[in-house]
Amino acid sequence: MTRTDVVAETTCFHCGATCEEIHWNNDKPFCCKGCETVYEILDSNNLCEYYDLNAAPGTKTLAITDTSYAYLDEPEITAKLLTFNSPSFASADFFVPSVHCVSCIWLLENLTKLHPGVVDSKVNFVKKTVHVDFNPAKISLGTVAGLLASVGYAPRITLEQEKKEKPRTDRSLILKLAIAGFAFGNVMLFSFPEYLGIDQADHTLTRIFSWLNVALSVPVLFYSGIDYLRAAVRSFQQKQINIDVPIAAGLLALFFRSTYDIATATGPGYLDSFTGLVFFLLIGRWFQSKTYESLAFDRDFTSYFPLAVNRLDQEGDWKPVVIYHLKKGDTIRIRNLELIPADSILLDASAYIDYSFVTGEAKPVKAKSGDKVFAGGRLIGTAVSLAVEKSTSQSQLTSLWNSDAFKKVNESKYKKIIDRAARNFTWVIMAVAAVTAVYWYMTEPASMWLVITSVLMVACPCALALAAPFTLGSVLRELGKRQLYLKNADVVERMGTINAVVFDKTGTVTHGQDPEVDLVGELDEHELAKVKLLTGFSTHPLSKFVHEYIRKSATGSVDDFRELPGKGIQAHLQGKVYKIGSAAFTGFHEKLDQSASYVFVSIDDEVKGYFMIRTMIRRNISDMIQRLGNKCKALLSGDHETEKQPMTHIFGSHTTLRFNQSPHDKLAYIHELQTSGNTVMMVGDGLNDAGALKQADVGIAVTDDTGVFTPACDGILHGSEITKLDKMLELTRASSTILKSGFAISFFYNAIALSFAVSGHLTPLVAAILMPISSISVVSFSTLAVKWVANQKFNDIN
Amino acid sequence: MSIIALLISISLTIALIFLGVFLWSMKSGQYDDTYTPSVRMLFDNDVKRPTEKETAVKAELKK
Repeated sequence: MTRTDVVAETTCFHCGATCEEIHWNNDKPFCCKGCETVYEILDSNNLCEYYDLNAAPGTKTLAITDTSYAYLDEPEITAKLLTFNSPSFASADFFVPSVHCVSCIWLLENLTKLHPGVVDSKVNFVKKTVHVDFNPAKISLGTVAGLLASVGYAPRITLEQEKKEKPRTDRSLILKLAIAGFAFGNVMLFSFPEYLGIDQADHTLTRIFSWLNVALSVPVLFYSGIDYLRAAVRSFQQKQINIDVPIAAGLLALFFRSTYDIATATGPGYLDSFTGLVFFLLIGRWFQSKTYESLAFDRDFTSYFPLAVNRLDQEGDWKPVVIYHLKKGDTIRIRNLELIPADSILLDASAYIDYSFVTGEAKPVKAKSGDKVFAGGRLIGTAVSLAVEKSTSQSQLTSLWNSDAFKKVNESKYKKIIDRAARNFTWVIMAVAAVTAVYWYMTEPASMWLVITSVLMVACPCALALAAPFTLGSVLRELGKRQLYLKNADVVERMGTINAVVFDKTGTVTHGQDPEVDLVGELDEHELAKVKLLTGFSTHPLSKFVHEYIRKSATGSVDDFRELPGKGIQAHLQGKVYKIGSAAFTGFHEKLDQSASYVFVSIDDEVKGYFMIRTMIRRNISDMIQRLGNKCKALLSGDHETEKQPMTHIFGSHTTLRFNQSPHDKLAYIHELQTSGNTVMMVGDGLNDAGALKQADVGIAVTDDTGVFTPACDGILHGSEITKLDKMLELTRASSTILKSGFAISFFYNAIALSFAVSGHLTPLVAAILMPISSISVVSFSTLAVKWVANQKFNDIN
Repeated sequence: MSIIALLISISLTIALIFLGVFLWSMKSGQYDDTYTPSVRMLFDNDVKRPTEKETAVKAELKK
């Protein structure tokens, strides 16, 4: 098919990316062979409705096609992944990070039309998983995974899955909330007659209502509210008074006083306030517990490594094996873009290994035969064989996880604002209760107990307990809207106290993958096209960057192509000798800036120009660093010092710049900052930052794609939003002011209620009005204030 | 007034049934994924078959 009318900008029918070279199929443009292949598969199966639901719904299939899932068919591995297994029916859950739209759901739920062996498939969009039921007699697990990959939804299968037993989602909070809400509604209904002054003649009816209220309140206290009682007991055992103590006291006072009133027929009780209180408290908890289900915050290296690798067995066959079973001396085979699963020795002549994620080194490292290669590196180029030296769990990288920072189990060094406030509050309440008790004992001993219980009831810091979850929960949501996903609400409070921020370089300040390429020299269009053609044959990482940089389509016949290791590539093209490679190889002798990498091009031994390749610094990041000012303490990089110049430019002189930092060095540096009295936030991306992220008071992982691996952290930040990091810190700091204002409001209401209580005028009706008003005003103040402040902060820079 | 007692017992029973149904739906995981089912119900059950004309055109193109 020949077409020459190229439109200014043609976008791929499958993935929507701009096409460099257009592949036409059925009059539809595709940007690459991968996208075209997916279309062909769908077209031949009558599944093109996929493209009707959403325009360009696909994701560009990057080099995934050569990943094989054959290892999944090893019985041992299959058994580990299947959630259900029988000879004619099996189920498995796949994590598919590329699920993003309606079309994805549609296609993945129609898998059965692609292969009759698939019985049913169900997508969970929130978790980005596909549950596939299939007939193992007709289709194997590996084929199912391959099927997903063939239509552009490659499942991610990692070592982590080997451990099985995922924690089940905890639904008990919702159950408790449901019970409390149910009881609250009905108790309120039964309490109305009392408030509205029902005919006094119908005394039996009010008695029935009252006893029904007691019955409804029992599960509220002993099921819905049990956490508060338990927490109070625990805090007594630890001799620390926190917010749960006055809450528990209030709950018990409300319940038993009401039951007493009803039993003695002296009053209707405060059970509507009691159930309402528990209901509101639980709503607060639920609001605060916003979680991002598709994100994982507790990953360790196991979710970074693949599940299996090809190993040479005794009979001389390559057989997939779970990497936990690798032993010293095993020979394994790794293909392009695959990870090295264990520290090994290279058996083949040479290989390029990209350690950027593990060590922070931006440039791929060259290894020669007999060199040691380390677990976590990614192979770039042709497949190689390796001899295993150490098992995965003892490899250099994974030894980081034996550090102390990973052993402490989230015990928070930070004392929450709410607990500090609660302690003072509790003492005040105790004092007030004691004084009123003495006063009433002297004047009217009979009603002393009633007044004391009244004091405890109104003192129950419901509004106080709501201020924190609603403020922090709102901040969590506001940050989530700006693509900083925090693990939980406690992180918000900790973020507010940060006074030192430490950055990683590769992947955080700079883009991990896409470097900045500049062409210097006079190469015309045809020559550029030839360079693209030649670099396409090379597996050297720099060739790849040059190849992607040149946006020309190139065809032609190449003679005498040679790749000279350590030098470059050489070929004859239309009678001319092209040399692409190092300065010495092409005959270039001027001195150039050492911070970048260069690829030189010479034609017939005349140097025509060169490509300058620099790691790209994220846009607008220097503005953010400037706004952070003195808070920005350090840059820790695993990379060489060559990047020092541009980094000093961005970070200024007050920031410590450290290069050649090992993961352990980074961790130690954070610890050092902490011991000198700083509250530290670490911003990093790779496994090399994992220790530092864990050690820091707040560890934020930066990623450009939330589907890929992020190390264990307190929050995940989208790479493009890193420029707002300072504003986010400001918002969290403002949130503690908002929180304190919320406390002030709730204290104000408590004071009013207390004045009723100490004077013995707290009727059930007063309680029923005051309690919801205070809660609602605190809740609306907190949420609106956070929203307003967030808009103010972020409008500045948008 | 005994009618009120009857009505109350009926209303409570109904409320309890609703609570029970909610708890059941919770436990059976109906709230685990709140997005996919909303999309799923809009899909056609049967995949579109290409019309005869379309097939003919396609065959033509392949030649």
